[in-house]
Amino acid sequence: MTSRVRFVAQSPWYDLFSRGARDWLRHNQKVRQAVRDQIKDLLSEGDFITQPDHRSVRVSIRMLEHARFQLADPQKHTGAGQGKAQPGDVLRKADANASQGAGEGEGGNEEGGFKLVLDLKVDDIVDWLTDELKLPDLRPKSGTVLEDDEIVREGSGRRGIRARLDRRRTLKEAIKRRAIQTDPAAFVDDDLRFHQLRLRPRIANSAVVVFVVDVSVSMTEAERKLAKMFFFFALSGLRRQYHHVDVRFVAHTTEAWEFPEHEFFQVTGTGGTAASSAFRLAQDILEAHYEPSRYNAYLFYASDGENAVDDRQGALAALRKLAERLNYFGYIETRSGTVRFSQTDMRSTISELAGSGLNAHTQTVANMDDVWRAIRRFFVHQAGRAEAESTDD
Amino acid sequence: MTELADYAARIEELAREQGLKYHGVDFELVPDRFMMETAVYGLPVRMPHWSFGVRYIRQLVQRNMGLSRIFEVMFPGDPCKAYLVDANSLAENVLVVAHVLGHADFAWRNGLFQRSMAMAGGRILEQAAARAHRIERAFIEHGHERVEAVLDAALALESHIDVNRPLYRTLYGDKPDASLPADEDPFRQRWRSLPGEEAPAADDEARPRAVPPHPEYDLLWFIAQYGPELEGWERDIFLAVREESFYFYPVFACQIMNEGWASYWHARLLREADLEPPDLYVDAIKAHSDVVRPHASGKAVALVVNPYHLGFSMWEKIVEARGVEGARKICAEEDDFGFVRNYLDNALAEELELFVYEASSDGSLKIASRDINAVREAILAPRFNFGSPRVAVTKMDVDGSLTLNHDHQSDGRGLDLKRARRVLDYVVRVWRRPVTLNTVDDHGANEVLSARPH
Repeated sequence: MTSRVRFVAQSPWYDLFSRGARDWLRHNQKVRQAVRDQIKDLLSEGDFITQPDHRSVRVSIRMLEHARFQLADPQKHTGAGQGKAQPGDVLRKADANASQGAGEGEGGNEEGGFKLVLDLKVDDIVDWLTDELKLPDLRPKSGTVLEDDEIVREGSGRRGIRARLDRRRTLKEAIKRRAIQTDPAAFVDDDLRFHQLRLRPRIANSAVVVFVVDVSVSMTEAERKLAKMFFFFALSGLRRQYHHVDVRFVAHTTEAWEFPEHEFFQVTGTGGTAASSAFRLAQDILEAHYEPSRYNAYLFYASDGENAVDDRQGALAALRKLAERLNYFGYIETRSGTVRFSQTDMRSTISELAGSGLNAHTQTVANMDDVWRAIRRFFVHQAGRAEAESTDD
Repeated sequence: MTELADYAARIEELAREQGLKYHGVDFELVPDRFMMETAVYGLPVRMPHWSFGVRYIRQLVQRNMGLSRIFEVMFPGDPCKAYLVDANSLAENVLVVAHVLGHADFAWRNGLFQRSMAMAGGRILEQAAARAHRIERAFIEHGHERVEAVLDAALALESHIDVNRPLYRTLYGDKPDASLPADEDPFRQRWRSLPGEEAPAADDEARPRAVPPHPEYDLLWFIAQYGPELEGWERDIFLAVREESFYFYPVFACQIMNEGWASYWHARLLREADLEPPDLYVDAIKAHSDVVRPHASGKAVALVVNPYHLGFSMWEKIVEARGVEGARKICAEEDDFGFVRNYLDNALAEELELFVYEASSDGSLKIASRDINAVREAILAPRFNFGSPRVAVTKMDVDGSLTLNHDHQSDGRGLDLKRARRVLDYVVRVWRRPVTLNTVDDHGANEVLSARPH
């Protein structure tokens, strides 16, 4: 009787086999594609946390499900079980949290329960948005030359002060000389080489961005969220253009305070509104820390536009002074669902400024679409395409 | 490995003496990860698809949490192919060898397995591998997007085959379906002989028959054969998925019987083989009791029934009552539906403490019944119709638009509309004409879903 059971030698390449991993990577690719397709919705829901390094955004998403025809979840789900229990025994009482469907963990959604946490690079998101919103490509700015020279070392020569002695070159010269001389001296004056200095115009590749938000009671939660979204993307865009970006956060009611970022979006204030306080604080910050010759300055101000009437002249004056220092002043007027006056106080102040030739712009945002539009306008402006902006709306 | 082979030879000898019959079995010791992948894909080499990646990662997580361990994967055929994990202990693998012989014996005897092999032949693994390679080539030739779209559709309809019809079918003729001669089908013969049933009216030969002439439940076949503008390689993919589904069907339809039978035989063979040293037997039997036990052990109740344990307990009773030959007859003739309905009796259900529970959408959970009929049907319900809703093609218009009908009456309720819509989106990309699906919503009102090609 011959055996019908055989042991086959193991294929040596099984360890290299990784189709599971390969298909998993494909799944992740699809997730990223899906995220990309819905990036606007995903971010508008605000279901993301900025990472400490500002370079990535963390979103948590369900794994993709390959859909099948499947019966709808029944009102009552029955199944077979095993154990010591009698008919009528209640294993679990009705839950107040009834949204947990029947028979969970049983049939139902195969992928349920697992969530993926994706770290998306802000750079990628801005890329995707650039495609999605057809934004101009933002390249690092090299053309912005500010009126300032800097001294750099460049080349070497025979003259110079002791401190700039180029020892390497000097030694090389000495070695060359010794090679052709008989009985040479260790060093002679002719060997000495010095670093030379040149003056060259400095390229300012740093920027400071001041975000100012009105936290008076009239600003609703939704309005602040819109402002936050705008800030986030404007900042992401600027971070791509400059090597170094400093960000300052200012919130105001009738007074203004500076906040660290993590507190900034949580701040709530009470009382009225006096925008001039914030503009003066911003001015102080810029003057104290940011030399105009080295920093490009941007200021974004988000408010619902309801500034106190008696502050109007003060705000205008403060802003006029501030705007001279700024590359760009963006005013984001947020609106919640309720209809407000078409011309708010703040708005007329800004248009007065813009009329006098300052670089001030107003964007009105009532929903996420407006935010995207505002971002688009800002980016278009940044790319230096003023003509595109003028035809934009 | 030689040690394992020696034990395997002893077990096999005993199995022969006990009358186990099987085509040859090729065993192979493989790394754990390969085993896991094989279990996830269902075949050692199979087409790639991202949904396998999702299952793979879930399996990986479960394994790393120690929740799931795979001992054996066995593919019936001629020869059968069985994989063992090289890192498992000798005792565990000896047990697995005996278990696999039980499966091989079952596949040799059971009618569904025999029919499947008669239709598809015994070398399905090689064929599947060849198809997978063809699909790999299609990826290169037609691009990832297009091939994936076809796989999305075909795999979503994976279980929508008609197992009552042959694997290889001819197109609908002008005459009634020749593949199922009406008079030779025993079911129809018997149906007609029931009181009150008349023979169906003869088809009107003069009028051209509609396509499909009857509700067509083999969606994969229908789309492959009648898809307007379907390209050859796309048809290949649909037919590949379909062929694999036919192969998987007997395993699905006989899970309780098959696992129970294999467990019965591994227990018996190990017991009677007088393995030396005795420790090996003890270790092997410990592995046995880890696998073949009620999920409820250690807890008061479990909301699932372990098919290994249920099948094992049933076969022990059956062999006790009817002898091995009686059990073998049942093996040959039944699938899980017949097996559970005919042989799970009140006494055993009580001994196993089986019950039916009822979970409401408000979160409450209670024991509904211990009635034997209710228990049987609750065990079998998820096994109905290959585990899928009954969806059939009912109409194809002259412009190629397709109508699908969900038989909500036999399923008892409508489809999950969100998922159904997504399946239609998959299908319409391949069908390339409008596709409509009729089902009902939560309140039983008609619901019509449709998808149009972009």
